[in-house]
Amino acid sequence: MNYAQFTPLLLALPLLSFAVLGIWGRKYLQKISGLLGTLVLAVITFISLSIAWNYFFTTGQLNGSYQPILALNIPWLQFGYKDLSIDIGLLLDPISVMMLVVVSVVSLMVHIFSLGYMKGEERFATYYAFLSLFTFSMLGLVLSANLFQIYIFWELVGVSSYLLIGFYFTRPSAVAAAKKAFIVTRFADLGFLIGILIIGIQGGSLDFLTIIERLTNPGSEAFTTLTAASFMGVSALTWALTLIFIGGAGKSAMFPLHIWLPDAMEGPTPVSALIHAATMVVAGVFLVARLFPVFHFNDTALNIVAWVGAISALFAAIIACTQTDIKRVLAYSTMSQIGYMMFALGVSDYGGENGLGYSASMFHLFTHAFFKSLLFLGAGAVIHAVHSNDMSDMGGLRKAMPVTHITFLVACLAIAGVPPFSGFFSKEEILLAAWNGNKAIYFIGLITAAITAFYMFRLYFSIFWNKATDRHVHGDGTFSMKLPLIILGLLSVAAGFIPFSQYVTTDSKAFDTHLHLAFSVAPVLLVIAGIALAWSFYKTANDKAANFSRSLGAFYQSAYRKFYIDEIYLFITRKFIFKIIGKNAAQFDRSVVDGGVNGVGLSTQMISEKIKGLQSGRLQSYVLVFFVGVMVLSILFVWLW
Amino acid sequence: MIPIEHILFISTGLFFIGMYGLFTRRNMIAILMSIELMLNSVNINFVAFNKYLYPNALDGVFFTIFIITIAAAEVALAIAIVINLYRSHHSVDIDSATELKY
Repeated sequence: MNYAQFTPLLLALPLLSFAVLGIWGRKYLQKISGLLGTLVLAVITFISLSIAWNYFFTTGQLNGSYQPILALNIPWLQFGYKDLSIDIGLLLDPISVMMLVVVSVVSLMVHIFSLGYMKGEERFATYYAFLSLFTFSMLGLVLSANLFQIYIFWELVGVSSYLLIGFYFTRPSAVAAAKKAFIVTRFADLGFLIGILIIGIQGGSLDFLTIIERLTNPGSEAFTTLTAASFMGVSALTWALTLIFIGGAGKSAMFPLHIWLPDAMEGPTPVSALIHAATMVVAGVFLVARLFPVFHFNDTALNIVAWVGAISALFAAIIACTQTDIKRVLAYSTMSQIGYMMFALGVSDYGGENGLGYSASMFHLFTHAFFKSLLFLGAGAVIHAVHSNDMSDMGGLRKAMPVTHITFLVACLAIAGVPPFSGFFSKEEILLAAWNGNKAIYFIGLITAAITAFYMFRLYFSIFWNKATDRHVHGDGTFSMKLPLIILGLLSVAAGFIPFSQYVTTDSKAFDTHLHLAFSVAPVLLVIAGIALAWSFYKTANDKAANFSRSLGAFYQSAYRKFYIDEIYLFITRKFIFKIIGKNAAQFDRSVVDGGVNGVGLSTQMISEKIKGLQSGRLQSYVLVFFVGVMVLSILFVWLW
Repeated sequence: MIPIEHILFISTGLFFIGMYGLFTRRNMIAILMSIELMLNSVNINFVAFNKYLYPNALDGVFFTIFIITIAAAEVALAIAIVINLYRSHHSVDIDSATELKY
């Protein structure tokens, strides 16, 4: 029996669990909804892992390269234009199978963790229903076989993210954050939609495999139409890819569309671990990787990807050093790491070892998913114990929470890139790819690596060392909260040893990567310097950090205020869009549109007021009018005949 | 034979007498009678044209019989309306029934 035929189950099961928990959860299944959701996720994880096993190790490979498998393909909407049609399909290829593993494993960990973390919540069942909805949408997104289907699931993950950020809807800040996330990503998705339409209309297909086949062949008709057509001096293909990338940048919180991600931390912490660290926010990276062969043929679009990624990486890392809310630090660190993945794609070439950046990006996505969700879950355990998000309320927790402490340390070492933890391997590959592709971006990546080590250990020392907190701390939490931390901790160590370039490459052919010891010296030294700086600043309570930040003056202040990006957005929306465009549009609506409608009504009323005397109720005057009418008509008739 | 113009003069006269009655009378019964006059002028026209222009056809005669039949039914209906009107307004004066207006 072919394993690929079980793929539809991956979508059917979470959808079913969403429906059951959503409809009957609060009333009848309040007690067991968590276990039910977790059980479904366990089944899904089992299926994903067995699909991955079969795909990568037994049957997926043919003639030395991994073949894409279309597990399901149903024509859904046919346009009768250039054979354009929207299909619903499930595509298995190296990146989607890898994403299956990431999504289902992290989701399972979050489900287990939430059993303890969300215990006693009034809307416990609703929470699990939303998690199922998210899992459904995310699995659908990674399995999508065409651009339009990915767009549908793209919006679905947006909706589930919105629902979960606004889970505590009694808090105004959570509602505002949910709306912000929804509006910003929707704004970016407009670009995505236009990009899809350009590709669909000019390229004649929405199917990934067909698009890639056509647009990587410079002789094909679709390629010539797309490059020949141009708008504002830029070819349609560049426009389409850039617009699609804007959609991806919005979802992946790339500069300058990142403003929603820090605010999204208003949601429950396990949700941040799942959606805003490991899975949904990497959808943008996944999208670019999915279309990478096409991007590769377009230098402009690929350069935009590289620079946006590099700028985001550095920018977010600097802000992360100044924040005091531990979840916000992690949010900026997520943005910074996704920046790494983006620029790794941007500097990558195609084929064999030249495609190192692509493999490294996917590798980093894979390892990052584990250590970042571990960091978030660890932060969740800390918040659960201390009842505060703020660093200044924490300190000296290493004795009270040994399991959280050790796993958090492992994750910090992994994200900082200390060998032999997983982040080291993936980051080394990314830096190597950047060195080969673009030296400027390499140096940005290098500096970012040092800053990453600094702010992660600032976080670590502030939580677990420093002065002891005066708050009452419960300890590690329930077994269901400790288990995912331990599993993810083990994965964060082990994931680095997977020879990723054997499995996920641009042309699906395996190649070997070698660890260049001489090359690793610089990043590792910088990372150790960063850790040492954090050690001296934050290990014990002292005022070195405060003095240092004071000496930086305005720069520190602007970083602390997140470089005023939010204020700039507010300024543009309030002063420009609301005042100039919105006000005039409202004026136009009130005077011209409403005025026109009211005018029609008013004139009708006035005219009927004038002529209503005709309806006198006197039979004989009606007869008179009738006869006059007949006379006039017959005279006209005789006259004109 | 009488020329057709003579007959048409009679029917036109009858029609306008009926019309005059329709416009000037206030009594419903009288109005009804005026309408009957107009119908009959039309009947005369039908028969006359049939006789003078198409002597071998009978269409005009048939039409006349139809009109007489329908006029009878119409009168029955109209009388019923007049009786109802009389019951509610205690009069058959058309000017007293002007409620159906704006």
